[in-house]
Formats: sequence, C-alpha cells, structure tokens
Amino acid sequence: MRSLHRFHGGVHPPEHKLESSERPSARAPLPKLLALPLQQHIGAKAKALVQAGDKVLKGQLLARAEGNLSAALHAPTSGTVLSVEARPVPHPSGLADLCITMAPDGEDRWAEHAPIDYYSIPKDALLAKLRDGGIVGLGGATFPTHVKYASAPVNTLVLNGAECEPWITTDDRLMRERAAEIVQGIEILRHLASPGETLIGIEDNKPQAIAAMRQACAGTGIEVVTVPTLYPTGGEKQLVRILTGKEVPSGGRPFSIGVACSNVATAYAMHRLVNHGEPMLSRLVTVTGNVKTPQNFEVLLGTPIADLVQCAGGALSGSSGYILGGPMMGLHVGDGQLPVVKSTNCVIVKSPSLFPPTPPALPCIRCTRCAQACPADLQPQELYWFAKARNFGKAQEYNLFDCIECGACAYVCPSHIPLVQYYRFAKSEIWAREKEKKAADAARVRHESRLERIERDKREKAEKLAQKEKAALASPSAQAPSSVPAAGAPAQPAPAQDLINAAIERARQQAALVKPKNTENLTPQQQAEIAEIEARRAHIREVAHHHETEPPKE
Amino acid sequence: MLAALYVMAGIAIALGAVLGFSAIKFKVEGNPLVDKIDAVLPQTQCGQCGYPGCKPYATAIATGEADINRCPPGGEDGIRKLADLLGVEFKPFGEGTAQPKPKAVAFIDENICIGCTLCLQACPVDAISGAAKQMHTIITQECTGCELCVAPCPVDCISMEPLPQTTQTWKWDYPVYTLRQAA
Repeated sequence: MRSLHRFHGGVHPPEHKLESSERPSARAPLPKLLALPLQQHIGAKAKALVQAGDKVLKGQLLARAEGNLSAALHAPTSGTVLSVEARPVPHPSGLADLCITMAPDGEDRWAEHAPIDYYSIPKDALLAKLRDGGIVGLGGATFPTHVKYASAPVNTLVLNGAECEPWITTDDRLMRERAAEIVQGIEILRHLASPGETLIGIEDNKPQAIAAMRQACAGTGIEVVTVPTLYPTGGEKQLVRILTGKEVPSGGRPFSIGVACSNVATAYAMHRLVNHGEPMLSRLVTVTGNVKTPQNFEVLLGTPIADLVQCAGGALSGSSGYILGGPMMGLHVGDGQLPVVKSTNCVIVKSPSLFPPTPPALPCIRCTRCAQACPADLQPQELYWFAKARNFGKAQEYNLFDCIECGACAYVCPSHIPLVQYYRFAKSEIWAREKEKKAADAARVRHESRLERIERDKREKAEKLAQKEKAALASPSAQAPSSVPAAGAPAQPAPAQDLINAAIERARQQAALVKPKNTENLTPQQQAEIAEIEARRAHIREVAHHHETEPPKE
Repeated sequence: MLAALYVMAGIAIALGAVLGFSAIKFKVEGNPLVDKIDAVLPQTQCGQCGYPGCKPYATAIATGEADINRCPPGGEDGIRKLADLLGVEFKPFGEGTAQPKPKAVAFIDENICIGCTLCLQACPVDAISGAAKQMHTIITQECTGCELCVAPCPVDCISMEPLPQTTQTWKWDYPVYTLRQAA
C-alpha cells in the first residue's frame, strides 16, 4: 500500500454524483447544427481551412494548429460548412468568437484515417500528430498535450481520475466503461514520457471505477491509487502532492519536479487518435441538475447544450440557466445555443432550489477560514484585501498567481464574499497591465530607433553635403576636371586660403595648357558624375556657388 | 593637540578624496527620474501633452515644468501612477483639455490612399509601411493610436478605428455586490 500525502485545506461540498453516475453513458443524437469555436484550447486560435459551402467528411481537418501552442480542429461528422463567423462561445465574457458552423448530412461518413504505429515513429512526429489530432488536456484547462510532453522524460506519470468536483461523473463513467481503452492510451503516454512509475489517482467515492481500472491495469505496471475524497483533489498540483508528496514550486509546472499529469479522458482521446486514427471529435459530458434523467452522453463537439439537455429528458420546470463544468469552478451561462467544447465535461441545469442564490455578502471579519480551506496554502483574506484595494503589486507578493480558483475559500466564507471573483479580477487586470507595459516598451524602442535613424540620416546628409562642398571647392582649382569624381572620397582637411589661391593659380596655368586633352579622356561614368556634380553645384548655396563661378571670372 | 588636528584633517582629506573620486567615477548619466517617469507613460508619442513625445514630457515633469495630468492615453490610472511615483496628489484631467478616449488604431482606406508618404513621416513609431506612390498600410500591432498620421493625410483616407473587445482582451469586472443592510 502506497503511503499518501496531504495537501493543505480542502472542503467537502455535497457530492451529487449518484444522480448521473449509475446510468450507463449513451450516444447523443446528431444535432441539426454544430458550432465549433476555433479556440477550444489554451494558446493560439486554430486557423480555419474551410469556407462556407464546403462539404466535409467526418474527421476532416477544419482548422489547423497555428504555431506550437495550439491544437487542430476536425469535423465531428460529415456535412456542409455553413459559415465561419463570430458566434457566442462558452466564455465568461459572453462575447462572440470565431466559430465554424456546419450542418450534418446525417450520413456520418468518415474521411480516410489510419492508426498510427507510434513505436516506429520518432517522438517529435508523434507529438506533431497529437497537435494535428486536436488532443488537449480534458481535465478542464485544455492545455495542448503535445506541449506538455515535449520536455519528457519524467520520473512519475500521474493519471488524474480524481474527479473531485460535485455533480460531474464523466471520468467515473469513462473508467467504468472503457478502462481497457484508457490503459491503451496510458501506454502511449508512457511511451512519450518514459516514466519510472505510473500512477492513477481515483477518489474513493468511485469504487466501481477503481475496480475496473485495477482489472485493466493488471500486469501493466500501472498502479491504481485510491485517494480520499476531498475537494480539490483533482487539481493537478494537489493530486501530484497527494501521490508523490512533492510540491509543485510556485509559478512552476509539475514537469519542473519531474512529474507529468494528464486526465484519464485525455488518455482515452489519445487512444482513439493513435490506435484508431480518430482525431478529437467528441467527448463524454455529464448532463445533470434539474433534468428528468441525469446521464452521461458521448457528445460531438459543437453540439448546442440545449440539444444535449433534451437528450437527458429535458429541463424540468423552474430551470434557470446552465453551469458548464461543476458548481465550484464552472461557468454560469444562460444561452442554450452555446456549443459543447473540448473543456465541457458537464452541463448542469440550474434551478433556484438546487442552487439557491448566494446570500448578500457581509464585510470580511478576518476569520481566516478561507486560509484554512485554501489548497494552495495561500492567504485568501489578504489576497481579497489587496485585490479589493487594487493593490496588485502586493497581491502578487502574496502569490496571487498560485491561486487555482477552486472556490474553496468562497465556499467556506461565512460572509459569503465572492472571493474568486476578486482574484480573477486582479489576475486579468495584472495581465492586461503587463500587456500594456510590453506594448509601451515596444513603442518606446521603435520611437527611439526612429529618432536615432532620423538623426543619423541628418548627420549623413550633412556630411555628404560638406564633402560635396569641398569637392566643389576643390574641383575648379584641381589640376584638371578629371579630379572631380573624387567627390565621393573621404573628406580632406580644409586647405588654407593661400593654398587655395596657389592651387587656383596652378590650375589656371595647367588648364590653359592641357584643357582639351583632359576633357576628352573622361570615361562616361566620370562624365556622368561631373554632370551630376555640376547640376548639384547650381543648387548649392552661396559659398559653393561663389567658389565655383569665381575662378573663371578672374 | 596638534596631532589630533592632523589626524582629523587627514581623515577629512581622505574621505573627501574618496567622495570626490566616487562622484566622478559613479556619476549618473542623465536624470534617473526622467527614465522612471518615462517608464510609466504609455509611449503613444502622441504629443497631446504639448511636448513632442513621452520622453520630453517626462523630462518636463521631472523638472517641475509640466503637470502630471496632461497624458490622456495614460488615463486616470496613469495619473495615479505618476502621483505615486512623485509623491504628489492625484490631479484629474483639466476642463477643456484633451480627455482620455477608448483605445483605437489608425486605419488606411487603401482605395483612397495616393501613396504620398506624409503619414509615414508623421508616425512616431514607424507603424506604417509603404513607399512613394505605393500603397500604405498600418501595422496594427505596432500602432499606438496617437492620431498623428490623421492630420497630414491630404486625401483624408486615415480614420481611427476603436479596438473591439475580444475574448482575448476581455477583463473580469471589479466585483460589485450589495452588502446586507444592518436591520
């Protein structure tokens, strides 16, 4: 028996898992319309490759990954692309973002696809396949998996099957029903990360899932570890702490301590991609809350959540919107036309009786219950204080960015203060300021280099002019016009007036002697240059003009 | 008695020499306050403050010539930062002076542009690409929204387009909620 460790704090919200966990998962029917946001992952938006009217097959690439930190997007079924347009997406802002909409033709015809023999290709190639297969972390953060495993090998590979958030049962059902496939996906991850040990952490409120995984893992060297039920055990850093006793350093990622962590659903998606050639097209979603028959569904990405709720027997009376995700960290939305995206693990239909409105907030009494509950070992009451006062520097000193926004602090707060909202506000404000600062610094550099360039141009022009003047000054006095092309040569020290006079004298004498010969011996280039200089001379101000015209007069 | 005086005088001369040497050796080039102020300014280089750029304005603030409330692109936040830095009171934007407005970037209508390069010469951050009798266009990422290119355009083909809010630029609001009233 492995000895487990503890993370600080944690809470025990009511689980509400049994509502949906005891029904086997079903496949949701094809919707009439699919809307696929181009941004379903952390990183750069995917770039659309199709346009309205294109006929696409199931699994066909719709948008390719843009840059390394990005993931591709595929057609979840065969049909016609209707548009590439801005539509409401599941985002806290409620703003619209670019989506590809398509109408399924009902035939569900596959594009050509083939399994990948991952042992015979280099790891880089396999990582590229993951990116082009649209594989991202399905635990909720949707971090592109190929980026996560680019810096392998690791000591420990942790598979996250904790599923600590109330109401959600997708990983539970997935592990119960598709344990063998998950293990095959884990083998791909093991191939990528070459870990010393592989652990699957599952909370003890999922005994059937634990049993199924134990059975599937027999003889593979993968260890299924039962962890106590405590929110937020499913947090990456928290689960790593429980299983390995190691703490991810502030601002770091598990990779910095030699641990890689992925969700079991991600492993399953990788199995579909690598062993069947099927890119990320659908995912398991829990539909629960105020619905007739809460259940898990295999849902095509892009399916409107209202359609999904219909699959679960429809919303019961008194429904008041949806939560995408769990009640602790989920996104509260009202629009049923929002599509299911890669991060959507749960759709909860809200009702005032299930989720009573939070009572009005009272002032903070500094009881520090939030600090006792914080799984990141922060001081939420201080962070609240600084965020409220917009004292962002101080908030960062108190490690605001180590907050995982799990909501445990707000859950225990006796004053019902929306603490997480303050942290989110402070974080986004700090990010925006950093962005502005970067833009300002870039503008400063550009402005300064522009000023420098103008200064340099001016200087160069002045130097050239000085040289031209000198050349102009020297040319009539030089031995012959043939010396004129020296205009571009480096400047010589200014001659004293008597020297000039002597030179003028000499030149006049020589000119009288050899004038015709010298003008004939010029190359066309020299002549051109002379002509050019003559022309410029006409424009040069008084001094040059004076020197140029004077000698012949004398 | 004399010995003590000599000792003290010796120490004074030695320390004076050290101070004098370090004053020359570790001399600070320019006014460091100017750079600090310049770092707070938004670097739009728009000249709305009445100075030909952010650095000149920073210099003017450092010498006490200019007020801290003359930079509309910095907004009230910018004034607050300057007030913090200089240890002075916050001062709102004056009546009748330039007021802050939403962030915008310049846009060149390429159907109208005649390729005169006047805007190129006006742009303080080289955010316009183009050449004589060639189409000009704004490099949006580099545009600071200073509006200096708008006036020189002889055919009025440059307009300022406010930056739309996207999911990338959106920020969480400051939480506003009502406290329960005491009975």
